[in-house]
Amino acid sequence: MNMTTAIKTQAETANDAIIETRGLHKVYGGGVTALQDINLSFKRGELTSLLGPSGCGKTTLLKIIAGLLEPTSGEVDVNGKPVKGPGPERAFVFQDFALMPWATVLRNAAFGLELQGVAKSEREDRARHYVAEVGLAGFEDKYPHELSGGMRQRVGLARALAVNADVLLMDEPFSAVDEQTRRKFQEDLIRLREVENKTFILVTHSIEEAVYLSDSIVMLSPRPGRLNRIVHPAIDRSGDPDLIRRNPEYLDLIDEIWAGLRAYVE
Amino acid sequence: MEFYGFKVPKAAALLFWAALWEIVGQFELLLLFPPLSEVLLALPDVLTTASFAEAATLTVTAYLGGLALAVVIGIGLGMLMGLVKAADNLLNMWVNIFLSAPLSALVPVIMIIFGMGMPTVVVTVFMFAVWIIALDTRAGVLHVSPSLMEMSTSFGASRLERFKIILLSAMPEILAGVRLGVIRGVKGVVIGQLLVSIIGVGALFSLYSQNFLMAHFWALILILFAFALSLAEVIARLEHRIEYYAGARA
Repeated sequence: MNMTTAIKTQAETANDAIIETRGLHKVYGGGVTALQDINLSFKRGELTSLLGPSGCGKTTLLKIIAGLLEPTSGEVDVNGKPVKGPGPERAFVFQDFALMPWATVLRNAAFGLELQGVAKSEREDRARHYVAEVGLAGFEDKYPHELSGGMRQRVGLARALAVNADVLLMDEPFSAVDEQTRRKFQEDLIRLREVENKTFILVTHSIEEAVYLSDSIVMLSPRPGRLNRIVHPAIDRSGDPDLIRRNPEYLDLIDEIWAGLRAYVE
Repeated sequence: MEFYGFKVPKAAALLFWAALWEIVGQFELLLLFPPLSEVLLALPDVLTTASFAEAATLTVTAYLGGLALAVVIGIGLGMLMGLVKAADNLLNMWVNIFLSAPLSALVPVIMIIFGMGMPTVVVTVFMFAVWIIALDTRAGVLHVSPSLMEMSTSFGASRLERFKIILLSAMPEILAGVRLGVIRGVKGVVIGQLLVSIIGVGALFSLYSQNFLMAHFWALILILFAFALSLAEVIARLEHRIEYYAGARA
């Protein structure tokens, strides 16, 4: 009886973690250690933020998980399989949007599907659905230069959603858009998570953003990038998204994290 | 353009110089400078002769042939230099030398290798146009946004698809190079034919100047200028459309 429970719990935890990193080290060419001994597991369906000051290797970690960079040592498992490069179960959202300027919103959003060889009418249908879901209905035939920064990032998000990956890796997705757009975007992301059952990993340098959005926050310390602390904000996000910003738990946690990170900045 | 507070179209500058030309010409100071009206009258004369039709066909064929070669090889070379560091180290200096070297001096050598005919002119056009196309293509390839390349990798693009993205990203610079190549190619075709001087417009130029038909001579120059400028304008239009797409690249 005890045995079976133990096995079951083990199986559950294994199922629970969609991504695991083991002993990740990354040393760049000039001898700069970007990451040192990173052991993490990311829970399925959660939004995890990688938070830290610049130089803490958070983007490096995200790109290693994406398979865009190779770790110097250690490994990453996604769905129990080691990562050897980019894969269809992970989709990336870029800081500078990385849209093709010569292609329309619809074609950009469908680009991941196009590369997978999905037939034109089907991929356009799916792209159209996600373009609408990120709030860009009616802009399908526009070109990126006709859109604002925030709208371009929505296209980047639609492109990542359209491939129906399990994990969305977002590299400071809101840092290149203005404050008002960012707030709206963050609120929309909370709504989006209610519809799309996906795992999100978000790199950010904004404490407010991390606390506002995340189920877990992984705090990294800089030079070399190491694990500092993991916090789990217990904030109810079901109501009015604006209320979260006045929630005492939200405000206290921001202060607490800032107190912890302050040392690295001073 | 404004002139003493009046709005004047840009073409007015052209009219001013045309008038000056006419006046200076009317003084008959120089045999070399017939008045513009005489040149314009000679235009239909030049255009309707059988030798012009023949020369024009020859020139256009040689020009387009040389230019097509320069575009294909120039873009290929520029791609290679932009993508392969070793090729860039090996070629960059030479391409820059050829770009700024007085290529007219090379035409006699080309003539020895390719003979006194069409191939020499084609090669001359090629030599005038290819280097700027190669260098601009290289610049375009080096400017391709790294995150766009990461994007295509992360969504599983094949080698060919990544290459297509590089080519399309570099398109504004490539077209700028082609436009400059088009203009330089006109220089090449004229200089090549002048030096060979027994074919195409080069033969016509020698014919007119040796017989002191200066009005015809200038008429032919006007035709050539108009040809070069309208070609460049066509490419510039195309370029403008591409720039428009590339606006979001920054």
